[in-house]
Amino acid sequence: MLAPKKYTVFVLAALLAGPAFSASASDKLLDGINEYREALADGNPSELAAAEGEELWKTKRGPKNSSLERCDLGLGPGVIKGASAQLPRFFKDTGKVQDLETRLMTCMETLQGLDPQAVVKAGWLKGEKEKVAALVAYVVTESNGHKIKIDMRPPEMKKMYEMGKLAFYHRAGPMDFSCATCHGEQGKRIRMQELPDLRTQEGAAAGWGSWPAYRVSAGQFWTMQHRLNDCYRQQRAAEPIYGADVTIALSVYLAATANGGKVVTPGIKR
Amino acid sequence: MKKITTLAALLLVLPAAWAGSEDTYAEFKAMMDRSFQTNGIAAKHRMYQLDFQKACSVEKQPSKQVMAQIEAAQLKTIRYPADGKYFGNWKEGEKIAVSGRGLTWTDQTPHNNGGGCYNCHQMSHHEVSYGTIGPSLLEYGKVRGNSDEIVKYTWGKIYNAKAFNACSNMPRNGDAEILTEQQIKHLMAFLFDPASPVNQK
Ligand code: HEC
Ligand code: HEC
Repeated sequence: MLAPKKYTVFVLAALLAGPAFSASASDKLLDGINEYREALADGNPSELAAAEGEELWKTKRGPKNSSLERCDLGLGPGVIKGASAQLPRFFKDTGKVQDLETRLMTCMETLQGLDPQAVVKAGWLKGEKEKVAALVAYVVTESNGHKIKIDMRPPEMKKMYEMGKLAFYHRAGPMDFSCATCHGEQGKRIRMQELPDLRTQEGAAAGWGSWPAYRVSAGQFWTMQHRLNDCYRQQRAAEPIYGADVTIALSVYLAATANGGKVVTPGIKR
Repeated sequence: MKKITTLAALLLVLPAAWAGSEDTYAEFKAMMDRSFQTNGIAAKHRMYQLDFQKACSVEKQPSKQVMAQIEAAQLKTIRYPADGKYFGNWKEGEKIAVSGRGLTWTDQTPHNNGGGCYNCHQMSHHEVSYGTIGPSLLEYGKVRGNSDEIVKYTWGKIYNAKAFNACSNMPRNGDAEILTEQQIKHLMAFLFDPASPVNQK
Protein backbone atom coordinates (compact mmCIF):
# COMPACT_ATOMS: atom_id res chain seq x y z
CA MET A 1 0.00 0.00 0.00
CA LEU A 2 2.54 2.53 1.13
CA ALA A 3 5.46 1.55 -1.06
CA PRO A 4 4.30 2.87 -4.46
CA LYS A 5 3.17 6.09 -2.87
CA LYS A 6 6.55 6.56 -1.25
CA TYR A 7 8.12 6.01 -4.65
CA THR A 8 6.11 8.72 -6.40
CA VAL A 9 6.78 11.09 -3.55
CA PHE A 10 10.45 10.39 -3.96
CA VAL A 11 10.40 11.00 -7.70
CA LEU A 12 8.56 14.28 -7.19
CA ALA A 13 11.02 15.33 -4.52
CA ALA A 14 13.90 14.53 -6.85
CA LEU A 15 12.26 16.51 -9.63
CA LEU A 16 12.02 19.52 -7.44
CA ALA A 17 15.27 19.05 -5.62
CA GLY A 18 17.59 21.60 -7.02
CA PRO A 19 18.60 24.19 -9.54
CA ALA A 20 20.36 21.47 -11.52
CA PHE A 21 17.59 21.04 -14.07
CA SER A 22 18.88 19.66 -17.34
CA ALA A 23 18.55 21.57 -20.59
CA SER A 24 14.78 20.99 -20.63
CA ALA A 25 12.79 24.21 -20.46
CA SER A 26 11.07 25.46 -17.36
CA ASP A 27 7.58 24.87 -18.78
CA LYS A 28 8.35 21.20 -19.18
CA LEU A 29 9.39 21.02 -15.59
CA LEU A 30 6.15 22.62 -14.44
CA ASP A 31 4.18 20.13 -16.56
CA GLY A 32 6.09 17.33 -14.90
CA ILE A 33 5.26 18.63 -11.46
CA ASN A 34 1.57 18.91 -12.31
CA GLU A 35 1.52 15.37 -13.68
CA TYR A 36 3.02 14.01 -10.50
CA ARG A 37 0.54 15.97 -8.47
CA GLU A 38 -2.28 14.29 -10.37
CA ALA A 39 -0.70 10.88 -9.92
CA LEU A 40 -0.45 11.48 -6.20
CA ALA A 41 -4.01 12.66 -5.86
CA ASP A 42 -5.44 9.13 -5.42
CA GLY A 43 -3.07 8.30 -2.60
CA ASN A 44 -2.50 11.32 -0.42
CA PRO A 45 0.56 11.18 1.83
CA SER A 46 -1.45 13.09 4.45
CA GLU A 47 -3.43 9.91 5.14
CA LEU A 48 -1.08 8.92 7.93
CA ALA A 49 -1.51 12.22 9.74
CA ALA A 50 -5.28 12.07 9.18
CA ALA A 51 -5.48 8.57 10.67
CA GLU A 52 -3.49 9.74 13.65
CA GLY A 53 -5.84 12.72 13.99
CA GLU A 54 -8.93 10.53 13.88
CA GLU A 55 -7.57 8.46 16.71
CA LEU A 56 -6.69 11.58 18.71
CA TRP A 57 -10.21 12.97 18.16
CA LYS A 58 -11.63 9.86 19.85
CA THR A 59 -9.01 9.54 22.59
CA LYS A 60 -9.67 10.70 26.14
CA ARG A 61 -6.95 13.19 27.09
CA GLY A 62 -6.18 16.06 29.42
CA PRO A 63 -7.18 16.87 33.03
CA LYS A 64 -10.84 16.30 32.12
CA ASN A 65 -10.03 12.93 30.57
CA SER A 66 -12.35 13.51 27.69
CA SER A 67 -12.32 13.07 23.90
CA LEU A 68 -13.04 15.75 21.30
CA GLU A 69 -16.07 13.92 19.94
CA ARG A 70 -18.42 16.68 21.12
CA CYS A 71 -16.27 19.50 19.70
CA ASP A 72 -18.41 22.03 17.81
CA LEU A 73 -16.61 23.22 14.68
CA GLY A 74 -19.57 25.34 13.67
CA LEU A 75 -22.04 22.75 12.39
CA GLY A 76 -22.98 21.35 15.81
CA PRO A 77 -21.24 19.12 18.38
CA GLY A 78 -19.26 16.34 16.72
CA VAL A 79 -20.10 17.29 13.13
CA ILE A 80 -16.93 17.13 11.03
CA LYS A 81 -18.21 16.55 7.53
CA GLY A 82 -17.96 19.83 5.60
CA ALA A 83 -17.01 21.79 8.73
CA SER A 84 -13.62 23.13 7.62
CA ALA A 85 -15.06 24.30 4.26
CA GLN A 86 -17.04 26.84 6.30
CA LEU A 87 -14.18 28.10 8.45
CA PRO A 88 -13.19 30.68 9.61
CA ARG A 89 -16.51 31.67 11.18
CA PHE A 90 -17.85 33.74 14.05
CA PHE A 91 -18.55 31.62 17.16
CA LYS A 92 -21.08 32.96 19.65
CA ASP A 93 -19.73 30.91 22.57
CA THR A 94 -16.26 32.46 22.41
CA GLY A 95 -17.39 35.77 20.90
CA LYS A 96 -14.57 35.40 18.39
CA VAL A 97 -13.90 34.70 14.77
CA GLN A 98 -11.88 31.46 14.72
CA ASP A 99 -10.09 29.37 12.13
CA LEU A 100 -9.88 25.59 12.39
CA GLU A 101 -6.75 25.61 14.52
CA THR A 102 -7.87 28.15 17.10
CA ARG A 103 -11.29 26.45 17.26
CA LEU A 104 -9.61 23.10 17.97
CA MET A 105 -7.65 24.82 20.74
CA THR A 106 -10.93 26.03 22.24
CA CYS A 107 -12.32 22.48 22.20
CA MET A 108 -9.14 21.10 23.75
CA GLU A 109 -9.43 23.69 26.50
CA THR A 110 -13.15 23.42 27.26
CA LEU A 111 -13.63 19.68 26.75
CA GLN A 112 -10.23 18.33 27.82
CA GLY A 113 -8.86 21.07 30.07
CA LEU A 114 -5.68 21.45 27.99
CA ASP A 115 -3.88 24.82 28.12
CA PRO A 116 -3.95 26.57 24.69
CA GLN A 117 -0.54 28.07 25.46
CA ALA A 118 0.92 24.55 25.25
CA VAL A 119 -0.09 24.60 21.57
CA VAL A 120 0.99 28.20 20.95
CA LYS A 121 4.43 27.67 22.54
CA ALA A 122 5.28 24.32 20.93
CA GLY A 123 7.57 24.22 17.86
CA TRP A 124 6.14 23.29 14.45
CA LEU A 125 5.47 19.55 14.17
CA LYS A 126 6.27 19.10 17.85
CA GLY A 127 4.31 18.40 21.02
CA GLU A 128 0.78 19.77 21.18
CA LYS A 129 1.20 21.63 17.88
CA GLU A 130 1.83 18.34 16.10
CA LYS A 131 -1.33 16.99 17.73
CA VAL A 132 -3.36 19.93 16.44
CA ALA A 133 -1.86 19.36 12.97
CA ALA A 134 -2.95 15.70 13.03
CA LEU A 135 -6.46 16.74 14.09
CA VAL A 136 -6.46 19.30 11.27
CA ALA A 137 -5.46 16.61 8.73
CA TYR A 138 -8.38 14.47 9.90
CA VAL A 139 -10.94 17.28 9.89
CA VAL A 140 -10.02 18.77 6.49
CA THR A 141 -10.08 15.36 4.80
CA GLU A 142 -13.80 15.34 5.62
CA SER A 143 -14.31 18.57 3.64
CA ASN A 144 -12.49 17.42 0.53
CA GLY A 145 -14.63 18.19 -2.53
CA HIS A 146 -16.95 20.54 -0.64
CA LYS A 147 -17.52 24.16 -1.63
CA ILE A 148 -15.87 26.97 0.29
CA LYS A 149 -18.83 28.54 2.10
CA ILE A 150 -17.90 31.41 4.39
CA ASP A 151 -20.73 33.10 6.27
CA MET A 152 -19.92 36.79 5.89
CA ARG A 153 -23.13 38.07 7.49
CA PRO A 154 -21.89 38.60 11.09
CA PRO A 155 -20.40 42.08 11.56
CA GLU A 156 -17.42 40.45 13.30
CA MET A 157 -16.64 38.67 10.02
CA LYS A 158 -16.90 41.89 8.05
CA LYS A 159 -14.52 43.55 10.49
CA MET A 160 -12.01 40.70 10.23
CA TYR A 161 -12.20 40.84 6.43
CA GLU A 162 -11.40 44.53 6.51
CA MET A 163 -8.46 43.94 8.88
CA GLY A 164 -7.25 41.03 6.74
CA LYS A 165 -7.28 43.10 3.60
CA LEU A 166 -5.23 45.81 5.30
CA ALA A 167 -2.79 43.14 6.50
CA PHE A 168 -2.54 41.73 2.96
CA TYR A 169 -1.31 45.08 1.61
CA HIS A 170 0.76 46.03 4.67
CA ARG A 171 4.31 46.71 3.44
CA ALA A 172 6.99 46.69 6.11
CA GLY A 173 10.38 45.32 7.09
CA PRO A 174 13.81 45.54 5.47
CA MET A 175 12.54 44.40 2.05
CA ASP A 176 9.32 46.49 2.00
CA PHE A 177 7.31 43.35 1.13
CA SER A 178 3.62 42.70 1.69
CA CYS A 179 1.59 39.63 0.77
CA ALA A 180 0.64 41.55 -2.39
CA THR A 181 4.29 41.74 -3.49
CA CYS A 182 4.25 38.01 -4.15
CA HIS A 183 0.53 37.27 -4.52
CA GLY A 184 -0.86 40.45 -6.08
CA GLU A 185 -0.50 39.81 -9.79
CA GLN A 186 -1.61 37.10 -12.16
CA GLY A 187 0.80 34.52 -13.55
CA LYS A 188 3.93 35.41 -11.56
CA ARG A 189 6.62 33.11 -10.22
CA ILE A 190 9.37 33.18 -7.62
CA ARG A 191 12.08 31.05 -9.15
CA MET A 192 10.08 28.06 -10.43
CA GLN A 193 7.32 28.42 -7.86
CA GLU A 194 4.03 29.60 -9.33
CA LEU A 195 2.27 32.16 -7.16
CA PRO A 196 -1.52 32.38 -7.02
CA ASP A 197 -3.00 35.88 -7.32
CA LEU A 198 -4.79 35.82 -3.99
CA ARG A 199 -6.78 38.99 -4.70
CA THR A 200 -8.98 37.16 -7.21
CA GLN A 201 -11.64 34.51 -6.53
CA GLU A 202 -9.88 32.03 -8.78
CA GLY A 203 -6.46 32.55 -7.24
CA ALA A 204 -7.72 32.57 -3.68
CA ALA A 205 -9.76 29.41 -4.31
CA ALA A 206 -6.64 27.68 -5.64
CA GLY A 207 -4.42 28.98 -2.83
CA TRP A 208 -6.76 28.86 0.15
CA GLY A 209 -8.77 25.84 -1.02
CA SER A 210 -5.75 23.55 -1.31
CA TRP A 211 -4.43 24.17 2.21
CA PRO A 212 -3.63 22.58 4.65
CA ALA A 213 -1.30 20.45 2.58
CA TYR A 214 1.39 17.82 2.50
CA ARG A 215 4.69 19.39 1.47
CA VAL A 216 6.60 16.85 -0.56
CA SER A 217 9.95 18.66 -0.40
CA ALA A 218 9.82 18.72 3.39
CA GLY A 219 8.00 15.40 3.79
CA GLN A 220 5.69 17.16 6.23
CA PHE A 221 2.03 17.97 6.69
CA TRP A 222 1.58 21.73 7.14
CA THR A 223 -1.46 23.53 8.53
CA MET A 224 -2.62 26.93 7.25
CA GLN A 225 -1.10 28.63 10.30
CA HIS A 226 2.21 27.03 9.36
CA ARG A 227 1.87 28.23 5.73
CA LEU A 228 1.13 31.81 6.79
CA ASN A 229 4.00 31.74 9.28
CA ASP A 230 6.45 30.71 6.57
CA CYS A 231 5.18 33.38 4.16
CA TYR A 232 5.76 36.00 6.87
CA ARG A 233 9.27 34.58 7.27
CA GLN A 234 9.90 35.01 3.54
CA GLN A 235 8.42 38.48 3.81
CA ARG A 236 11.21 39.29 6.31
CA ALA A 237 8.56 40.25 8.84
CA ALA A 238 8.61 39.67 12.57
CA GLU A 239 6.97 36.38 13.54
CA PRO A 240 3.18 36.20 13.82
CA ILE A 241 2.12 34.55 17.09
CA TYR A 242 0.34 31.23 16.49
CA GLY A 243 -3.39 31.87 16.11
CA ALA A 244 -2.99 35.65 16.56
CA ASP A 245 -5.67 37.96 15.16
CA VAL A 246 -3.61 38.89 12.10
CA THR A 247 -3.57 35.23 11.01
CA ILE A 248 -7.35 34.95 11.51
CA ALA A 249 -7.95 38.24 9.68
CA LEU A 250 -5.84 37.13 6.69
CA SER A 251 -7.62 33.76 6.68
CA VAL A 252 -11.02 35.48 6.58
CA TYR A 253 -9.83 37.73 3.74
CA LEU A 254 -8.50 34.77 1.73
CA ALA A 255 -11.41 32.42 2.46
CA ALA A 256 -14.07 35.05 1.74
CA THR A 257 -12.33 35.95 -1.51
CA ALA A 258 -12.28 32.24 -2.37
CA ASN A 259 -15.97 31.77 -1.53
CA GLY A 260 -17.71 29.30 -3.83
CA GLY A 261 -14.45 27.64 -4.88
CA LYS A 262 -13.70 23.98 -4.38
CA VAL A 263 -11.93 22.56 -1.36
CA VAL A 264 -9.16 20.11 -2.24
CA THR A 265 -7.77 19.23 1.17
CA PRO A 266 -5.36 18.04 2.21
CA GLY A 267 -3.47 19.51 -0.73
CA ILE A 268 -0.18 18.24 -2.11
CA LYS A 269 2.54 20.82 -2.56
CA ARG A 270 6.16 21.18 -3.51
CA MET B 1 14.54 61.80 9.16
CA LYS B 2 13.83 64.84 7.03
CA LYS B 3 12.33 62.80 4.19
CA ILE B 4 9.93 61.17 6.61
CA THR B 5 8.55 64.43 7.93
CA THR B 6 8.06 65.97 4.50
CA LEU B 7 6.11 62.97 3.32
CA ALA B 8 4.09 62.79 6.53
CA ALA B 9 3.03 66.37 5.94
CA LEU B 10 2.04 65.56 2.40
CA LEU B 11 -0.01 62.59 3.53
CA LEU B 12 -1.86 64.83 5.96
CA VAL B 13 -2.72 67.24 3.19
CA LEU B 14 -3.86 64.35 1.02
CA PRO B 15 -5.86 61.99 3.21
CA ALA B 16 -7.06 60.18 0.08
CA ALA B 17 -3.57 58.70 -0.18
CA TRP B 18 -4.74 56.26 2.45
CA ALA B 19 -8.17 54.84 1.76
CA GLY B 20 -9.37 53.75 5.20
CA SER B 21 -10.64 55.85 8.08
CA GLU B 22 -8.32 56.80 10.95
CA ASP B 23 -10.37 54.72 13.43
CA THR B 24 -10.02 51.62 11.31
CA TYR B 25 -6.32 52.26 10.94
CA ALA B 26 -5.87 52.63 14.71
CA GLU B 27 -7.68 49.35 15.23
CA PHE B 28 -5.53 47.71 12.58
CA LYS B 29 -2.33 48.98 14.17
CA ALA B 30 -3.41 47.63 17.56
CA MET B 31 -4.11 44.24 15.97
CA MET B 32 -0.69 44.17 14.31
CA ASP B 33 0.92 45.21 17.57
CA ARG B 34 -0.50 42.28 19.54
CA SER B 35 -0.07 39.74 16.73
CA PHE B 36 3.71 39.77 16.25
CA GLN B 37 6.74 38.85 18.32
CA THR B 38 10.49 39.18 17.90
CA ASN B 39 12.20 36.03 16.70
CA GLY B 40 16.00 36.17 16.38
CA ILE B 41 17.11 39.00 14.10
CA ALA B 42 13.50 39.61 12.99
CA ALA B 43 12.57 42.17 15.61
CA LYS B 44 8.97 43.13 16.26
CA HIS B 45 9.60 46.73 15.23
CA ARG B 46 9.94 45.52 11.64
CA MET B 47 6.14 45.64 11.51
CA TYR B 48 6.10 49.40 12.05
CA GLN B 49 6.02 51.20 8.73
CA LEU B 50 8.08 53.92 7.17
CA ASP B 51 5.86 56.65 5.71
CA PHE B 52 6.44 55.57 2.13
CA GLN B 53 5.70 51.94 3.05
CA LYS B 54 2.39 53.07 4.48
CA ALA B 55 1.60 55.18 1.42
CA CYS B 56 2.30 52.13 -0.77
CA SER B 57 0.17 49.72 1.33
CA VAL B 58 -2.87 50.22 -0.85
CA GLU B 59 -4.71 48.29 -3.51
CA LYS B 60 -4.15 50.93 -6.16
CA GLN B 61 -1.04 53.07 -6.41
CA PRO B 62 -1.07 56.42 -4.62
CA SER B 63 -1.53 59.63 -6.61
CA LYS B 64 1.14 60.88 -9.02
CA GLN B 65 1.95 63.70 -6.61
CA VAL B 66 2.61 61.35 -3.67
CA MET B 67 4.63 59.02 -5.91
CA ALA B 68 6.79 61.90 -7.15
CA GLN B 69 7.36 63.08 -3.59
CA ILE B 70 8.45 59.61 -2.47
CA GLU B 71 10.74 59.21 -5.48
CA ALA B 72 12.43 62.55 -4.85
CA ALA B 73 13.07 61.63 -1.21
CA GLN B 74 14.34 58.14 -2.06
CA LEU B 75 16.65 59.50 -4.77
CA LYS B 76 18.51 61.43 -2.10
CA THR B 77 19.40 58.22 -0.23
CA ILE B 78 21.49 56.83 -3.09
CA ARG B 79 25.24 56.72 -2.39
CA TYR B 80 27.34 56.31 -5.50
CA PRO B 81 30.71 54.51 -5.09
CA ALA B 82 33.15 56.85 -3.31
CA ASP B 83 36.10 55.68 -5.43
CA GLY B 84 34.13 56.13 -8.68
CA LYS B 85 34.54 52.42 -9.49
CA TYR B 86 31.22 50.82 -10.40
CA PHE B 87 32.30 47.31 -11.30
CA GLY B 88 33.53 44.33 -9.27
CA ASN B 89 33.81 40.71 -10.30
CA TRP B 90 30.90 39.18 -12.27
CA LYS B 91 31.54 35.71 -10.85
CA GLU B 92 30.97 37.02 -7.34
CA GLY B 93 27.99 38.94 -8.65
CA GLU B 94 26.41 35.78 -10.01
CA LYS B 95 26.61 34.12 -6.58
CA ILE B 96 24.92 37.11 -4.97
CA ALA B 97 22.18 37.12 -7.63
CA VAL B 98 21.51 33.42 -7.10
CA SER B 99 21.38 33.50 -3.29
CA GLY B 100 17.97 34.33 -1.88
CA ARG B 101 19.23 34.07 1.66
CA GLY B 102 19.11 36.67 4.39
CA LEU B 103 17.18 38.73 6.93
CA THR B 104 14.61 36.09 7.93
CA TRP B 105 14.26 34.89 11.53
CA THR B 106 16.07 31.69 10.57
CA ASP B 107 19.17 33.68 9.50
CA GLN B 108 21.82 34.16 12.16
CA THR B 109 23.07 37.64 11.27
CA PRO B 110 21.69 40.61 9.34
CA HIS B 111 24.87 40.57 7.22
CA ASN B 112 26.08 38.25 4.43
CA ASN B 113 22.80 38.46 2.56
CA GLY B 114 22.09 37.33 -0.96
CA GLY B 115 20.45 39.66 -3.47
CA GLY B 116 17.67 37.22 -4.35
CA CYS B 117 17.66 38.70 -7.85
CA TYR B 118 16.71 35.37 -9.46
CA ASN B 119 13.58 35.24 -7.32
CA CYS B 120 12.20 38.00 -9.55
CA HIS B 121 14.37 38.32 -12.68
CA GLN B 122 15.59 36.28 -15.60
CA MET B 123 19.28 37.17 -15.84
CA SER B 124 21.65 34.76 -17.54
CA HIS B 125 21.50 32.40 -20.49
CA HIS B 126 22.06 29.26 -18.42
CA GLU B 127 19.82 29.68 -15.37
CA VAL B 128 16.27 28.51 -16.18
CA SER B 129 14.98 28.71 -12.61
CA TYR B 130 14.03 32.37 -12.44
CA GLY B 131 11.05 34.34 -11.16
CA THR B 132 8.92 36.77 -13.13
CA ILE B 133 7.91 39.46 -10.62
CA GLY B 134 10.46 41.76 -12.25
CA PRO B 135 11.32 42.19 -15.97
CA SER B 136 13.87 40.00 -17.73
CA LEU B 137 17.42 41.36 -17.43
CA LEU B 138 18.83 38.94 -20.00
CA GLU B 139 21.61 40.56 -22.07
CA TYR B 140 21.28 43.67 -19.92
CA GLY B 141 24.71 45.15 -20.74
CA LYS B 142 24.61 44.03 -24.36
CA VAL B 143 21.25 45.73 -24.94
CA ARG B 144 21.77 48.85 -22.83
CA GLY B 145 25.43 49.55 -23.52
CA ASN B 146 27.59 51.09 -20.81
CA SER B 147 27.12 54.84 -21.08
CA ASP B 148 27.65 56.83 -17.86
CA GLU B 149 23.94 57.46 -17.76
CA ILE B 150 22.86 53.80 -17.88
CA VAL B 151 25.61 52.73 -15.45
CA LYS B 152 24.58 55.37 -12.95
CA TYR B 153 20.88 54.59 -13.36
CA THR B 154 21.46 50.87 -12.82
CA TRP B 155 23.54 51.50 -9.70
CA GLY B 156 20.77 53.70 -8.38
CA LYS B 157 18.06 51.20 -9.23
CA ILE B 158 19.85 48.42 -7.33
CA TYR B 159 20.67 50.78 -4.44
CA ASN B 160 17.15 52.09 -4.05
CA ALA B 161 14.52 50.95 -6.56
CA LYS B 162 11.94 53.28 -4.98
CA ALA B 163 13.81 56.32 -6.33
CA PHE B 164 12.51 55.45 -9.80
CA ASN B 165 9.17 53.83 -8.96
CA ALA B 166 7.83 54.83 -5.55
CA CYS B 167 5.99 51.59 -4.80
CA SER B 168 8.29 49.19 -6.67
CA ASN B 169 8.21 45.56 -5.55
CA MET B 170 12.00 45.58 -5.66
CA PRO B 171 13.82 46.00 -2.32
CA ARG B 172 16.06 48.98 -1.49
CA ASN B 173 19.25 46.90 -1.48
CA GLY B 174 21.64 49.70 -0.57
CA ASP B 175 19.40 52.07 1.40
CA ALA B 176 17.96 49.29 3.58
CA GLU B 177 21.47 47.81 4.03
CA ILE B 178 20.56 44.48 2.52
CA LEU B 179 23.73 44.49 0.36
CA THR B 180 27.09 46.21 0.79
CA GLU B 181 28.63 48.61 -1.72
CA GLN B 182 31.09 45.88 -2.71
CA GLN B 183 28.27 43.39 -3.38
CA ILE B 184 26.49 45.94 -5.57
CA LYS B 185 29.72 46.40 -7.55
CA HIS B 186 29.85 42.64 -8.16
CA LEU B 187 26.22 42.67 -9.32
CA MET B 188 26.97 45.59 -11.66
CA ALA B 189 29.76 43.51 -13.23
CA PHE B 190 27.40 40.56 -13.57
CA LEU B 191 24.91 42.77 -15.47
CA PHE B 192 27.42 44.68 -17.64
CA ASP B 193 30.58 42.58 -18.20
CA PRO B 194 30.63 41.26 -21.81
CA ALA B 195 32.07 37.98 -20.47
CA SER B 196 29.25 37.49 -17.97
CA PRO B 197 26.63 34.83 -18.79
CA VAL B 198 24.06 37.64 -18.69
CA ASN B 199 25.56 38.92 -21.96
CA GLN B 200 27.11 35.80 -23.42
CA LYS B 201 25.70 32.38 -24.32
C1 HEC C 1 8.60 36.89 -0.65
C2 HEC C 1 7.54 36.16 -1.21
C3 HEC C 1 6.24 35.91 -0.47
C4 HEC C 1 5.54 36.73 0.37
C5 HEC C 1 5.88 38.14 0.80
C6 HEC C 1 4.35 36.00 0.76
N1 HEC C 1 4.33 34.77 0.16
FE1 HEC C 1 2.81 33.40 0.24
N2 HEC C 1 3.92 32.13 -0.92
C7 HEC C 1 5.16 32.39 -1.43
C8 HEC C 1 5.65 31.22 -2.12
C9 HEC C 1 7.02 31.10 -2.82
C10 HEC C 1 4.64 30.26 -2.01
C11 HEC C 1 4.69 28.86 -2.55
C12 HEC C 1 4.87 28.01 -1.39
C13 HEC C 1 5.88 26.93 -1.40
O1 HEC C 1 5.51 25.82 -1.78
O2 HEC C 1 7.00 27.16 -0.94
C14 HEC C 1 3.56 30.86 -1.25
C15 HEC C 1 2.34 30.23 -0.94
C16 HEC C 1 1.26 30.84 -0.33
C17 HEC C 1 -0.05 30.25 -0.19
C18 HEC C 1 -0.47 28.90 -0.71
C19 HEC C 1 -0.70 28.99 -2.16
C20 HEC C 1 -0.79 27.66 -2.87
O3 HEC C 1 -1.34 27.66 -3.98
O4 HEC C 1 -0.31 26.66 -2.35
C21 HEC C 1 -0.84 31.14 0.47
C22 HEC C 1 -2.30 30.99 0.82
C23 HEC C 1 0.01 32.30 0.76
N3 HEC C 1 1.26 32.08 0.25
C24 HEC C 1 -0.41 33.43 1.43
C25 HEC C 1 0.43 34.50 1.75
C26 HEC C 1 0.05 35.61 2.62
C27 HEC C 1 -1.31 35.77 3.27
C28 HEC C 1 1.12 36.43 2.71
C29 HEC C 1 1.33 37.65 3.57
C30 HEC C 1 1.22 37.47 4.97
C31 HEC C 1 2.17 35.88 1.85
N4 HEC C 1 1.71 34.70 1.32
C32 HEC C 1 3.38 36.48 1.63
C33 HEC C 1 5.86 33.58 -1.35
C34 HEC C 1 5.48 34.67 -0.59
C1 HEC D 1 10.82 41.18 -5.19
C2 HEC D 1 11.15 41.42 -6.54
C3 HEC D 1 12.51 41.90 -6.98
C4 HEC D 1 13.76 41.57 -6.52
C5 HEC D 1 14.12 40.63 -5.39
C6 HEC D 1 14.70 42.25 -7.36
N1 HEC D 1 14.04 43.00 -8.28
FE1 HEC D 1 14.87 44.16 -9.75
N2 HEC D 1 13.03 44.78 -10.34
C7 HEC D 1 11.83 44.32 -9.84
C8 HEC D 1 10.75 44.99 -10.53
C9 HEC D 1 9.26 44.76 -10.27
C10 HEC D 1 11.33 45.86 -11.48
C11 HEC D 1 10.59 46.75 -12.50
C12 HEC D 1 10.62 48.20 -12.17
C13 HEC D 1 10.05 48.57 -10.84
O1 HEC D 1 8.85 48.47 -10.63
O2 HEC D 1 10.85 48.92 -9.97
C14 HEC D 1 12.78 45.72 -11.32
C15 HEC D 1 13.72 46.40 -12.07
C16 HEC D 1 15.09 46.17 -12.03
C17 HEC D 1 16.07 46.85 -12.87
C18 HEC D 1 15.76 47.91 -13.89
C19 HEC D 1 15.38 47.31 -15.19
C20 HEC D 1 15.07 48.33 -16.24
O3 HEC D 1 14.72 47.91 -17.33
O4 HEC D 1 15.18 49.53 -15.99
C21 HEC D 1 17.29 46.35 -12.55
C22 HEC D 1 18.64 46.72 -13.16
C23 HEC D 1 17.09 45.37 -11.51
N3 HEC D 1 15.75 45.28 -11.22
C24 HEC D 1 18.10 44.64 -10.90
C25 HEC D 1 17.93 43.82 -9.80
C26 HEC D 1 19.01 43.18 -9.08
C27 HEC D 1 20.48 43.25 -9.45
C28 HEC D 1 18.44 42.51 -8.03
C29 HEC D 1 19.11 41.73 -6.93
C30 HEC D 1 20.05 42.40 -6.12
C31 HEC D 1 17.00 42.71 -8.11
N4 HEC D 1 16.74 43.50 -9.19
C32 HEC D 1 16.08 42.17 -7.22
C33 HEC D 1 11.67 43.38 -8.84
C34 HEC D 1 12.69 42.80 -8.10
